[in-house]
Amino acid sequence: MLRILAKIQKIGIVTEPLPKIDEPVLQQVGEQLKAKVGELFGGSLAIRQVDAGSCNGCELEINALGNPYYGIERFGVHFVASPRHADMLLVTGPVSRHMEAALKRAYDATPEPKLVIAVGECGACGGEFGVSYASCGAVANVVPVDGVIRGCPPTPLDLMRGILEAIGKFQAKRP
Amino acid sequence: MSAAWIDTLLGRLAARDVHLREEPAPGLAPARLFTAKTDDWGALAHETRNLECRWVAGFGEDAGDYILMNTVFEKDGAYLVARTQVKRAMPFLPSHTPYYPGADRPERHIQDMLGVAFTNHPDPRRWTRHQAWRDADCPLRKDFPVAGRMTGPTPPDDTYKFLYAQGAGVYEIPVGPIHAGTIEPGHFRFQAVGETVLNLEEHLGYTHKGIEKIAEGRDADGLARLASRVSGDSTVAHAWAACMAMERAAGIDVPARALYLRAIMSERERVANHLGDIGMVLNDVAFTFGFYQFSRLREDWQRLSREALGHRFMMDRVVPGGVAANLTDQMAIAMQAQIAAMRPEIENLMGIADDTASVEDRLVTTGYLAPETAKAYGALGYVGKASGHGFDARRNAPYAPYDQLHVEVPVYQYGDVAARVKVRAQEVLISFGLLDKLLTSLPDSPLRANWKTPAAGAEGLGIVESWRGEIVTYVRFGADGKIARFFPRDPSWTTWQGLEKCIRDNIVPDFPVCNKSINGSYSGHDL
Ligand code: SF4
Repeated sequence: MLRILAKIQKIGIVTEPLPKIDEPVLQQVGEQLKAKVGELFGGSLAIRQVDAGSCNGCELEINALGNPYYGIERFGVHFVASPRHADMLLVTGPVSRHMEAALKRAYDATPEPKLVIAVGECGACGGEFGVSYASCGAVANVVPVDGVIRGCPPTPLDLMRGILEAIGKFQAKRP
Repeated sequence: MSAAWIDTLLGRLAARDVHLREEPAPGLAPARLFTAKTDDWGALAHETRNLECRWVAGFGEDAGDYILMNTVFEKDGAYLVARTQVKRAMPFLPSHTPYYPGADRPERHIQDMLGVAFTNHPDPRRWTRHQAWRDADCPLRKDFPVAGRMTGPTPPDDTYKFLYAQGAGVYEIPVGPIHAGTIEPGHFRFQAVGETVLNLEEHLGYTHKGIEKIAEGRDADGLARLASRVSGDSTVAHAWAACMAMERAAGIDVPARALYLRAIMSERERVANHLGDIGMVLNDVAFTFGFYQFSRLREDWQRLSREALGHRFMMDRVVPGGVAANLTDQMAIAMQAQIAAMRPEIENLMGIADDTASVEDRLVTTGYLAPETAKAYGALGYVGKASGHGFDARRNAPYAPYDQLHVEVPVYQYGDVAARVKVRAQEVLISFGLLDKLLTSLPDSPLRANWKTPAAGAEGLGIVESWRGEIVTYVRFGADGKIARFFPRDPSWTTWQGLEKCIRDNIVPDFPVCNKSINGSYSGHDL
């Protein structure tokens, strides 16, 4: 236990400051995200991530949002296990034909009003895989989409920006 | 590496009046190509099994009136490609599954994709095919249109016949295809009594994207991009294996610096995935301290990959003939400094995890994969190494630049989650050592050789040790330098079956940690 505490003390909080590459803007994006989530979702945005056929690259970057650098939960964003608890679906693809029915069911199970974001080049347009006997291509070919986050895969910061942008549209959707 | 066993095999087969014929196949070298008669296909597997050869991969190819069928075997680091042909009109072939349980799903994949019937296969159920194409259709036959023949929405696959358990107190838990976390889709069917798992059956294929089919007609660069996306977590290794196959088919020598950079990127990919997964395993046993520490290290590591090589996963950096990224001296020094800083951190963190009773309690003896089971499936990578089988292509069948390096391979017999984690932590440290050597001796040379269009029909085999284990990729070119056939065999084919077996008699709540400790690729398997 002492060693754990020593390690924690030595490492400290790595979340701030972030000098490398494009991270000075992380805090800024994060604060905006937090404000919007506060305003529109009572401080808590629940996301159900659906891999509808991706290569797993996008999933790795979505998972990175939970590491201590990004710590997306501190901005009020968290990932839930059931679409019934979700405000937003974050869908990676191309949507394989074998996942078509499952994605539609997840969409139907998500309560209105809901937001759907297509993630990655594949989710946005089918990417390298396109449309074929096995692939429906873009997420929008299967369920209605409110926003896309491009990139192959999008970086964690791109993902945060994309989520922020999409919830801006939520205002319009609200009854 | 020794190919002496091939002569023994030929002798034993000859004694059964089975005669293989060696064919010239420069693109497949160092593997050797032998053709066999269709009827002898079963006897061949029988004798390779008796010689304790590993069943590496199986794949077919539509060649007009015939379907060419291939199986790759390995022993002592030497590979043999066996080939036969079945009539398109009567596509029957003896199965290898009775001798090699690991051939089960690959053969069912061939059955679904090419319409070859394996005559004595113990389980003729479909595997990769769900409801996106009909039983009578074979997507990998040349006359099947890439757009398919089905219109309208694809129905859910609710008719797959799972094994069924009966008895007092037995219940089933269906899980997926969409899982609880941010992970790839697949279906798991558990039969349990109380907390104890009696049996697990996987149903995969949900991420099938038609990779083999849409590869056809691409040029070399286009195939490298597709190979980079077979399994995003192994983008470097898959791209390398595909490029190696194409370069061998084309007879291209890759410049020395490019080979070193490929190895540097491949080791960086190994370290990133091992760090991330060790953190995830610790998370699954509620040791969140470990999760945050290892995910922090992974993030640091990926950031330097991006700074030095332009992409957090180094995607599309391996290209036909070489690499598409250079490393400055300054970045090479930064990489060495990062290794020097991380090495003691990892030793310290693994020490803490080892000393934490709650972690030990959850990992030790959990998810035991017996060495004989691992062998039956030809389990690769850390799954094989934790269960007594230390095959590592970097050491056992070395390719440049690993032929210049000494690769240490950790092997344990315990076969549990703890052993798999231990192998992975040690592999991180071993990769650090390899990276140090590669970075200090990085040669000067061009980054990319000029591409030469290979002759129509040229074929190549690429074999690379990814972080999950050996990848074997087959490529054949058609006319005009366009791809006629692409088959990447991800190591996950060999470990998914291990997951089914290792979970038996464990408690249901230990499934996530068992799954994570093996971490098969869905996308790399489903293709
Ligand atoms: S966008 Fe790129 S990383 Fe994401 S699923 Fe597609 S190929 Fe993979």
